[in-house]
Amino acid sequence: MPEHETAEQRAPHDEVADFLRRRREQIAQRWADVPLFRTVFTVSRDEAVEAGKSVVEALAAVAAAGRAEDAEAAGFGVVREQLTRTAAARSRAGASSAQVSNEVDALRTPVVDLLVADLSAAPAEHVRECSTALTVLMGTLRLVVMESALSEGQALIDRQRLQLLEVATPVIKLWDGIVAVPLIGTLDSARSQVVMETLLEAVVEQHARFAILDITGVPTVDSLVAQHLMKTVAAARLMGAECVVSGIRPAIAQTIVHLGLDLGTVVTRASLADALAYALDQQGTGIVESTPHAAGQR
Amino acid sequence: MQTAGRVEASLPISSDMDLAWVRQHVRQTAAELGFGLVEQTKLVTAASELARNTLVHGGGGRLESVRLANGHVRGLRLTFADDGPGIPDVERALTDGYTSGDGLGMGLGGARRLVHEFSIDSGPDAGTRVTVISWTVRPPHPRGEV
Ligand SMILES: Nc1ncnc2c1ncn2[C@@H]1O[C@H](COP(=O)(O)OP(=O)(O)O)[C@@H](O)[C@H]1O
Ligand SMILES: [Mg+2]
Repeated sequence: MPEHETAEQRAPHDEVADFLRRRREQIAQRWADVPLFRTVFTVSRDEAVEAGKSVVEALAAVAAAGRAEDAEAAGFGVVREQLTRTAAARSRAGASSAQVSNEVDALRTPVVDLLVADLSAAPAEHVRECSTALTVLMGTLRLVVMESALSEGQALIDRQRLQLLEVATPVIKLWDGIVAVPLIGTLDSARSQVVMETLLEAVVEQHARFAILDITGVPTVDSLVAQHLMKTVAAARLMGAECVVSGIRPAIAQTIVHLGLDLGTVVTRASLADALAYALDQQGTGIVESTPHAAGQR
Repeated sequence: MQTAGRVEASLPISSDMDLAWVRQHVRQTAAELGFGLVEQTKLVTAASELARNTLVHGGGGRLESVRLANGHVRGLRLTFADDGPGIPDVERALTDGYTSGDGLGMGLGGARRLVHEFSIDSGPDAGTRVTVISWTVRPPHPRGEV
């Protein structure tokens, strides 16, 4: 009877924290059989149990701190990375976010059931309060997993995007003093910034006097793309290099005219080869120049 | 008799990534309708300008595209709509070189030259709807016009 009363007076979050610590092993054992853990830790069930135990510990710490509703609670920090990896593994295996979310939710029932069984001697009111506290805590856990999975996905996209920007902007040295950048794909503001930086670096490194921007691989030239091209040309000029834009296909040339764009003083050539010939000629290192006659002309 | 098909697609315009989708959609649809390469390129470029305006000046919106048929001639109608600040002076906005931002100010006027039909419905605080149509074959001039 007095025992009963002490139980009743305990705050639900303390009760839940104690329960989680006490039943750590059993909870982890039960979780090892739900899809989230079972499908990720396929090799060894022991690993699944270990992973489960560390999650239970984290939950106990959060409950003890009375921060069941706080996805930012320090306690979650310990398991955030592990949960993110688990969720990522599920995504890679083809599970949708909704599925992963459901799988995290499936951790709740076994642990709440165990709590209710443990407190069978306690007053109904107390049991209800405690299981509510635990349910809230498990809901927060789900939020933590989904949030980190999301930000992980975003980080991945950002990384790939950055890689793509770099990969898609090779600078080729065509000749002494002549570099070329074959542009491929959409020349949005981020891309064109990278193009400009890479090109200017190459101009300095290679002591280039000519830089060829080949846009054969750019499907659409609208006023923003044109503006970016002209800025790049102007910047290269400041570095002492002349830019030649090549690879303007006939359909794009007509479109540029209708659009009303004036590429101004930008030198353009139909193909990369024409642009190279122009640059060589300007540089006086033309291939045709081997006759003593032409050599004296400059 | 001109007939309008069902709304072919309604695409969001709320990021640079969406602009790429818009261009892709317009290019593909125009190709399916039998537009030649030059007309395709013109329409895609006009769409790129208008979609970017929707994003940059209108704060985001949508593209609705509808396939049209007029006898054997096929067409594509594109409507770019936003609930942004609207264009207070449409004539000025259409003037080549006018920009309220730091663009070239060639988008609106340029897009008008790239398509067969062009209309703007806008006003202060009323959002903006720009509708363009292009046909696979330039429609014959009405009698009397050259
Ligand atoms: N959807 C829109 N909502 C509000 N203003 C617009 C919209 N589209 C165009 N404008 C206005 O018209 C001007 C001219 O547009 P545009 O010719 O495309 O030039 P730019 O986009 O380079 O400024 C813009 O600067 C802007 O003030
Ligand atoms: Mg514009």
